[in-house]
Amino acid sequence: MDMSKDLVAASATPLVLAILAEGDSYGYAIIKRVAELSGGHLQWTDGMLYPVLHRLERQGLVAAKWSASDNGRRRKYYRITKEGRTQLATQRQQWQVVDGTLRGIWMQACTA
Amino acid sequence: MTTFADQGLEEQIAQWREYLRRRQAFHGSDIEELEGHLRDQLTALTEAGLAGEEAFLVAVKRMGSLDALSREFARAHSERLWKQLVIGPGAADESAHTGHTEMLVVLGLAVAAALAIKVPALFGLQIDGGDQPFYFRNAGLFVLPLLTVYFIWKRGSGAASLLWLALPFAAAAVFANIFPFSKNSDTERLTALHLPITLWLVVGFAYVRNRWFAGGGRMDFVRFSGELAIYYVLIALGGFVLIGFTVMMFASIEMKADRLIGGWLVPCGAAGAVIIGSWLVEAKQSVIENMAPVLTRLFTPLFTVLLLAFLGTMAWTGSPINVERQVLIGFDLLLALVVGLVLYAASARDPQARPDFFDGLQLLLVVSALVVDSVALAAIAARISGFGFTPNRVAALGENLILLVNLAWTAWLYARFVRHRGSFATLERWQIAYLPVYALWAALVVVMFPPVFGYR
Repeated sequence: MDMSKDLVAASATPLVLAILAEGDSYGYAIIKRVAELSGGHLQWTDGMLYPVLHRLERQGLVAAKWSASDNGRRRKYYRITKEGRTQLATQRQQWQVVDGTLRGIWMQACTA
Repeated sequence: MTTFADQGLEEQIAQWREYLRRRQAFHGSDIEELEGHLRDQLTALTEAGLAGEEAFLVAVKRMGSLDALSREFARAHSERLWKQLVIGPGAADESAHTGHTEMLVVLGLAVAAALAIKVPALFGLQIDGGDQPFYFRNAGLFVLPLLTVYFIWKRGSGAASLLWLALPFAAAAVFANIFPFSKNSDTERLTALHLPITLWLVVGFAYVRNRWFAGGGRMDFVRFSGELAIYYVLIALGGFVLIGFTVMMFASIEMKADRLIGGWLVPCGAAGAVIIGSWLVEAKQSVIENMAPVLTRLFTPLFTVLLLAFLGTMAWTGSPINVERQVLIGFDLLLALVVGLVLYAASARDPQARPDFFDGLQLLLVVSALVVDSVALAAIAARISGFGFTPNRVAALGENLILLVNLAWTAWLYARFVRHRGSFATLERWQIAYLPVYALWAALVVVMFPPVFGYR
């Protein structure tokens, strides 16, 4: 399924924040997790995740730290901050409104 | 460690990293992060059974196009491009420490240059007094050795090259000062003008280190020279503002700041600015778009229009060139400017690219400059017997000849290139091969002219 660019972009922030809320992670693992969660339907261009992460970092929603990884190279790990969690909660409500509205209209379409 | 045993794969990763590095939007740490991602992806793909080459193609494809990626990075870090202009190195993969050391070295050399110009004053030679000719003759010798030292330090060239490069400076000091020039002598003025040109070549040797004959070293030096000129003008503009305020403020307490300005501010500032400007060019060369090629693009069409309009007017009205004292020098400068335009256009050009409209324009510029100069030369030659040979005239004629030869051959090569008969690389090679000619001619003027013309 080809998702529209705008939708992918809009969902990127809540998705990244939600994945980081599960635990600290790094770029490659986040991409893998997104693919896993969406059953492969949400395909990001890998590189595009990093500007998103950096933007979140600048907004103070996530914090980043370089530390050694199991393969000996340095890796940049991201952690969700308190502001990030607040933002995630807000976004979650907003998405639930969208989701609920669409659900309502589509249920009507089914029963009618 | 996810370093791949596959040598080809490692090379491809290195190449990819190099591409990223050329983009201004990526910092060293971004590149490291993206490379880590690429390596993780490659590991996963090779474990899934893909061969190195295939895995690399897939991984890079998934990473996304570099254009789109750098656009996104630039958007996420819009301050970066600007901040790099102000802060300089250290932001990239160089550690803050080396940036700091370099800053100290540069400041030290700049202060040394500023003080060097005051040293002769200790021996009673006043810069704002009657000893100005001494300062003009030796102008290059106050600063350029220190600039050379900076490049030797920066390139880590070692003591041997220091010795080799000290020789021409020593020779220059001898030739600038042994001749018994008469008062207001033309040859003395020629020495003052030509010595820095020769010494600039020595700076070039230090700049390129041992890449003089290979690897586009000389072209880099050409780029450096152009950027330095631009930075120098910018610094000088700031200097004028400083001087203006100095005069105004001291005047308000009824003090004259002339001695301070003429004796210290101007000479010391002019000397120190060379070092500071060079450091700025070095520090920013990877960061900002080079200015010289941009100016070239801007002014090539304008100068072409000027030359064509001039030729047109002359053909229409039939008025001959009025051969005044300065006219030969004026046309020398015109040719030098056209050579500069060609050189800087070449320095920014991808030699592989096919000829385009701008190349046609450049050819037109070169050809019209040649025509204008031949007209001028003809006018001068017609009257040169009446003038006699003065040092100024011989120097100006020699320079005209040198530039004319360069431009004539350039026009020929350019024409071949535009008509798809030759490559741009040949033209570039010709231009950089010609560079030492200018310095050699300048050296000739310094060494031979004073005795030949009896120090007039």
